[in-house]
Amino acid sequence: MSGTVASTARVKGTSLWADARGRLIANKAATASLIFLVLMTIVSIIGPMVSPHPYDRVYTDYVRLQPSLSAYPHAEQIGPGVERVAARIRARAETVEMRGETVRVTLVSPQRAIDERNLAFFDRSDLFHAARVVERHEEGRRLVIEAPIEWKYFLFGTDGNGRDLLTRTLIAGRVSLSIGLLATFVALVIGVSYGAISGFIGGRTDAIMMRIVDVLYSLPFIFFVILLVVFFGRNFVLMFLAVGAIEWLDMARIVRGQTLSLKRQEFVQAAEALGVGSKGILARHIVPNTLGPVVVYMTLLVPKVILLESFLSFLGLGVQEPMTSWGVLINDGARNIQGATWMLLWPAVFLTSTLFALNFLGDGLRDALDPKDR
Amino acid sequence: MLIYILKRLASAIPTLFVIVTLSFFLIRFAPGGPFDVEQQLDEVVLANLNRHFGLDQPLWMQYALYLGGLLRGDFGPSFILRDFTVSELIMSGLPVSITIGLLSLGLALMIGVVFGSIAAFKQNRSADYSVMVFATMGITVPTFVVGPILQIVFGLTLAWLPLGGWNDGAIRNLIMPVLVLALPQVAVVARLTRAAMIETLRANHIRTLRSQGLPTLTITRHALRGALLPVVSYLGPAAAALLTGSIVVENIFSLPGVGRYFVEGALNRDYTLVMGTVVLVAVFVLVFNLIVDVLYAVLDPRVRFEG
Repeated sequence: MSGTVASTARVKGTSLWADARGRLIANKAATASLIFLVLMTIVSIIGPMVSPHPYDRVYTDYVRLQPSLSAYPHAEQIGPGVERVAARIRARAETVEMRGETVRVTLVSPQRAIDERNLAFFDRSDLFHAARVVERHEEGRRLVIEAPIEWKYFLFGTDGNGRDLLTRTLIAGRVSLSIGLLATFVALVIGVSYGAISGFIGGRTDAIMMRIVDVLYSLPFIFFVILLVVFFGRNFVLMFLAVGAIEWLDMARIVRGQTLSLKRQEFVQAAEALGVGSKGILARHIVPNTLGPVVVYMTLLVPKVILLESFLSFLGLGVQEPMTSWGVLINDGARNIQGATWMLLWPAVFLTSTLFALNFLGDGLRDALDPKDR
Repeated sequence: MLIYILKRLASAIPTLFVIVTLSFFLIRFAPGGPFDVEQQLDEVVLANLNRHFGLDQPLWMQYALYLGGLLRGDFGPSFILRDFTVSELIMSGLPVSITIGLLSLGLALMIGVVFGSIAAFKQNRSADYSVMVFATMGITVPTFVVGPILQIVFGLTLAWLPLGGWNDGAIRNLIMPVLVLALPQVAVVARLTRAAMIETLRANHIRTLRSQGLPTLTITRHALRGALLPVVSYLGPAAAALLTGSIVVENIFSLPGVGRYFVEGALNRDYTLVMGTVVLVAVFVLVFNLIVDVLYAVLDPRVRFEG
């Protein structure tokens, strides 16, 4: 089996990747999705850092607030807010008067003098800053105080515990996206090496390795994921290593198929003839050439994993409070659909738009990289 | 054909064995046990419970006993829901799961094939585009988002349908779960049908029919036979997807099905209940895949069984 080695003239051509990039940019939906995903990632990373609200800060006075562009507290919330504080001070708010940025309150206690240390309750409330006594009457049983109003923005509203939904949605995005990437990376490493080795060695080893994949394929997948989650006791990093360790099956099949056809090609034979070892051939020649389909499959695997994570979190098996993910938020929202629809709306919009973008990008990449298409 | 079926069944046995073994040891080695609930049980009580359920024996012995029980068709007693055997629980949950599963599958096939065919006949026209947009949405928007949204609209705002519950399978209670479960499958079936139909419509035998001036209906009938093949081979994955979906749907609409038993069993370490549901699902998927393969051969004369 000897072939003549044809002399290869150096032709300057477009590489596979340059060609693919051109096609991808020409695809408007895919480009828009890519930009959207980059923005989503940046916002998820930076958003929680610049947000005035920590994701786990509970504002007990602001439970299930509606999303609003204007700052809270709204005018109608100030009266009840002052009354709540007054009750804790054991006094009655006789008059409440808004003066621009501050509120002026006359506190009355029927029997004893008002303990002024209790005015700290104003500061502890989410509505006001520290209060200052303006006038004292009737031996301290009647106080006129002024407290600056503490303005806060809740653009997405708050959840059932009074936590800012915007910050939580962004933190959730961080968790969901990183889980998607992590699990996909694990699947990539296992799948590519398994498939490449199986296809490259061939023969009996290949048959056995692929038989194992077949058996794993027929496992009731989701049931095993749930068992694994239970097994790993809800440590979510381990959990998604486990998910990645299950999702590699398709990847292994794809890479094996590619390897089988690649290893018969001349450049591999040439490398063999030059005495390159099996490891070198796999690393330098086989694996890089399987990357096209692998990249496509990866892009489509990320939304699958994100969806899976949300699914598990929805069932209460995933990420644990106070950490959160889109699935957890959607689950919360679904429980509060009566009266607090925004709690379902925001995470649902973020999740589905990300899934959409990832799917469009994956389809675009497939069109760009599919060799059948040229 | 009979030999083929028998061979397939025989090859399913090692797979089942792997499934049983894997899930048995996974759930056993998971932290926690069925009896460590809120308050600590008395030591004597715990020991008695462990003895009653055979948990005091070495693990390999329990495994052997469980396998032996399975061979006799005995799933054992439930650890958490005392007084019930796992078989009884499964028998009570199965009708619920099967009803919504089959209805969804039927609905998905019907709507999906019709929409897909329409899209293929009107390729690159507005009807085609709207079907495809709908299909992309159906695939991307998760079940657990669609479910609550439908609950808001039809359950709360319009108050046409009950929010959940089984109610002995009353149609009013079935509509929303079945719709939600079917939606992603409708989308996939529509996509598959459209792609296959476009290909079939270009085939020679269809061109011949067209040139003979036969009515569209007749052509559709002939084209469908070819176009349905990918749909049939998708039935296996569809069944698996329905199983997954039914876990969520049973959760959202509080239906007492097998999926819920599984999740609850896994959370409460109800070892036998978990194992029972896993075995049931595994057998179901294996048998369903076999049926699909046989069906495929019946529809496509090019496929022949190698005996």
